[in-house]
Amino acid sequence: MDIVGYRRIVPGTQPEYLHPAYTSSVKRSPTKKLVQLPHTLTEVTGPMFGHDKVGPDDHDLTKGHAGAPIGERIIVSGRVLDGDGRPVPNTLVELWQCNATGRYRHANDQHDAPLDPNFDGAGRSFTDAEGNYKFITIKPGAYPWRNHFNGWRPQHLHFSLFGPSFMTRLVTQMYFPGDPLIPLDPIFNCVTDARARDRMISTFDIETTVPDFALGYRFDIVLRGRDATPMGM
Amino acid sequence: MSKLTPTPSQTVGPYYSIGLNWLITTDLARDATTGERIVVSGRLTDGDGAPIPDAVLEVWQADANGRYAHAEDTQDKPKDATFKGFGRVPTDKDGNFVFTTIKPGAVPGPGNSLQAPHILVALSMRGLLRHVYTRIYFSDEAAANATDPILGLIDEPARRATLVAQRAKGAAEYRWDIAMQGTGETVFFDA
Repeated sequence: MDIVGYRRIVPGTQPEYLHPAYTSSVKRSPTKKLVQLPHTLTEVTGPMFGHDKVGPDDHDLTKGHAGAPIGERIIVSGRVLDGDGRPVPNTLVELWQCNATGRYRHANDQHDAPLDPNFDGAGRSFTDAEGNYKFITIKPGAYPWRNHFNGWRPQHLHFSLFGPSFMTRLVTQMYFPGDPLIPLDPIFNCVTDARARDRMISTFDIETTVPDFALGYRFDIVLRGRDATPMGM
Repeated sequence: MSKLTPTPSQTVGPYYSIGLNWLITTDLARDATTGERIVVSGRLTDGDGAPIPDAVLEVWQADANGRYAHAEDTQDKPKDATFKGFGRVPTDKDGNFVFTTIKPGAVPGPGNSLQAPHILVALSMRGLLRHVYTRIYFSDEAAANATDPILGLIDEPARRATLVAQRAKGAAEYRWDIAMQGTGETVFFDA
């Protein structure tokens, strides 16, 4: 069987594991040199999920409760692309976030900000045949964290994607344009390549803004690309 | 076609359960799945030896025939339609994890090689800006492990042992601990 592997990471375009400015990485990142793994059949395959797992309203985080959540309603949409710019269809996209006050619905989040009974902060969707996805939600708040003195996370959404193989697995965060906390954030700034880093900032989009309803933000997500030639397996 | 730089990875953070727990899968096999039922459990620890309670393992494996539930596996082997091969396994408050599956069959490796039975693992947690990949092998496959082309890439033979889950006496239960750092640091792959 001819195996076509996935392209290796270009240094600087993905975070290093040890990033001392992000203090949690210090005791949890590998210290020994990683072993280069050739991409075998194991690596180039990966889970495929049935669409029956996702309900028709699962992409709308403002639904499912007695009332509407507090906060600025937004529409977040975009395309999932492979490393050659081709759409990635029918792939699972998972999203989670805090509420408009900057509080997560999680027992360990003790930030002194109110929970919203009408907001859980989780959604999921599949991309369509052209790689498009869409979520309706509310804009998350900024919140403090204990990484460093007076540290605040910029407003962000967590995204999780699988793509066509276990090598394309990606968990990332989407940020909002113009957020003054972005330049101060050790997590966002873990990537040294500015162009790669800026992929994580969504753009305001009047085209997907719906009159009298919600602002639109666009967030395209690029998964790892594939090598051109088989590895001769 | 022009090459696009992939979107950078970011940590799953401490509250990943909000978004990911709906797909927790700790029993990969169904009643009709063929193969030996096995249990894999272990403990995940940090550089201080402290348990990591807020991590999630994602596992990917072939069925008992050594075939993956994926279109790119075109091997001429029977496929077990009841087995999807994916698990999502969180650690608990003590850093422990456990999942039930079937023992995977052998799959082809680089060249004309055969890989020993194994499970691919993507491990995510607060503190990891990008998930790490590692693999689980099985102690009762010593002969296959000895010729496995991937285990053979690990320079220090002693470190290969960090990828080998130890089978309990008299039970299809394996112990596989993960150390992020320290003398017994698990082998992680640059994939």
